[in-house]
Amino acid sequence: MAHTTRVLRSEWTKVRSVRSTLWTLASAFAVTVGLSALICVFTESSYADMPVEQKATFDPTFVSFSGMTLGQLAMIAFGVLVVSGEYSTGMIRSSLGAVPQRGTFMACKIIVATLLVLAVGMVTSFTTFLLGQELLGRYGTTLDEPNVLRAVIGGGLYMTLMALFTMGVAFVLRSPLLAFGILMPFFFLISNILGGVEATKDVAQYLPDQAGTMIMSVVEGSMGGGDRPYGPWGGLLIMCGWVIAALVAGYAVLRQRDA
Amino acid sequence: MIELEGLTKRFGTKTAVDRLSFSVRPGVVTGFLGPNGAGKSTTMRMMIGLDSPSGGHVRIDGKRYDQLRDPLNYIGALLEAKSVHGGRTAHNHLLCLAQSNGIPERRVTEVLDTVGLTSVAHKRPKGFSLGMGQRLGIAAALLGDPSILMFDEPVNGLDPEGIHWVRTLMQRLAAEGRTVFVSSHLMSEMAQTAEHLIVIGQGRLMADTSMAGFIADNSRTYVRLRTPEPERARDILRGEGITPVPTADGAMEIENTSAARLGELAARHQLVLHELSPQQASLEEAFMRLTAGSVEYHAHAGGREAERAAGAGPPAGPTAPSPGDATAPPGDTGRGWGEGWKEGR
Repeated sequence: MAHTTRVLRSEWTKVRSVRSTLWTLASAFAVTVGLSALICVFTESSYADMPVEQKATFDPTFVSFSGMTLGQLAMIAFGVLVVSGEYSTGMIRSSLGAVPQRGTFMACKIIVATLLVLAVGMVTSFTTFLLGQELLGRYGTTLDEPNVLRAVIGGGLYMTLMALFTMGVAFVLRSPLLAFGILMPFFFLISNILGGVEATKDVAQYLPDQAGTMIMSVVEGSMGGGDRPYGPWGGLLIMCGWVIAALVAGYAVLRQRDA
Repeated sequence: MIELEGLTKRFGTKTAVDRLSFSVRPGVVTGFLGPNGAGKSTTMRMMIGLDSPSGGHVRIDGKRYDQLRDPLNYIGALLEAKSVHGGRTAHNHLLCLAQSNGIPERRVTEVLDTVGLTSVAHKRPKGFSLGMGQRLGIAAALLGDPSILMFDEPVNGLDPEGIHWVRTLMQRLAAEGRTVFVSSHLMSEMAQTAEHLIVIGQGRLMADTSMAGFIADNSRTYVRLRTPEPERARDILRGEGITPVPTADGAMEIENTSAARLGELAARHQLVLHELSPQQASLEEAFMRLTAGSVEYHAHAGGREAERAAGAGPPAGPTAPSPGDATAPPGDTGRGWGEGWKEGR
């Protein structure tokens, strides 16, 4: 236990002593909050012109999380850099030289990064919600409404799980170029395209981001209509499945391959 | 104490390290010598658990590296490859390593001072020169005040001042009773620092001997003689039962006869001499002969040319033609010599 505490402290020093931590997490916050605010302003001004069916499924909570589509990319960047940074710089050799118990090393790195991301994610989620509702004015909602608190906490969890998934993948891929090259286009484009096309929709709804996003919706059918076979928590659970798979794969690679 | 037993590493079909067994003892600097690609770095990486062996094992003070708790307190390693995050200041780099092994923060300041990096402690290593990077690596190795130190090509790319500093440091560490294991591809470098020598070629152990023993066994001494009357000189020498060996540049080499005796002989026969000098074949040549058959990447197709190119300059070296001489024919100098050496042990 004492050993684990030491490695945790060491990982904390690592994560706080590189600039990329600050700028990725700050961008995750700024982009999510900023873009969501912008969308809330536009939504508020155009609400009156919305078709009736759109008004019926209007979800003020979900609208205030719109910026997360882009903000999550900064979270992904954080996850990739925390892990791949070790490999691209050669730091991994020093790290494993100091902590040859690779499982401990990986666990501590992930715990530290997760706690940090969880804190940033929660702050981001509450800020974007509260600011968004303020901007939506009379169309907005409050934390007291049913399921809203769940959605806002869920937003923070979603960002955390996203970073966790990314870290697992980065342990598998090692190269930051490869990790960015696969994860960024996947979550920015491919997942959305697959989710939007009728033919692939049924499969795409099980992708980590698509399933996880459910947690942030309060009004049923707000996510582009169509009933999903899982609820908000079910969706988050599917995302957890992806995270576990990525982390297990990451551990297997770390354990077996030469550093 | 580092012990290797049958250590083997295969990458696909290529065997990088082939059943290496030796031990590194405390209190002396042990040189780990081999040409580029001989498997030195791979061996060292296996020692600290970065690469897992395909066979055999390494023990550090009797334990596997990953069984060591807080390994930096047992063994400090400077690897050849860069092992630092360029964006993390020197101080923080050492701090995170120290914390993971329960080493107090004050020690970070101490080692930075030891290697002379105090003034750049809060700078990012991204902008460090090669020498400064090397010093930071050495600081990391010293962090836990370990009893075993391992340096992979520590003087590569250093300026003379840096080289001198590293040498002095290694000798000091050994004098303090530590195990110091240092790799190099240059014999001359080893000759100045190491007391014990382990030579590998193509992953195989070629020699495990004391430096003094290696020098005694491998340094050929002879006298170089130059005269405007070579024909007469040869006759005079033959008359005394001495066989001179002509060299490419018109001089001759004589083994087993002292320069004094040759000088007296020349004086007695009133032979004009332009040069009379005792010579010693360099250790670099001895090393090259030992590993010639195992060098992976020759500069040319023929081993001898590569050898000559690399070992150019006087003394003329072992490949000089020597008909009727006891030395091996030049054609198979490398392999034959290496094996002969081993059999002779």
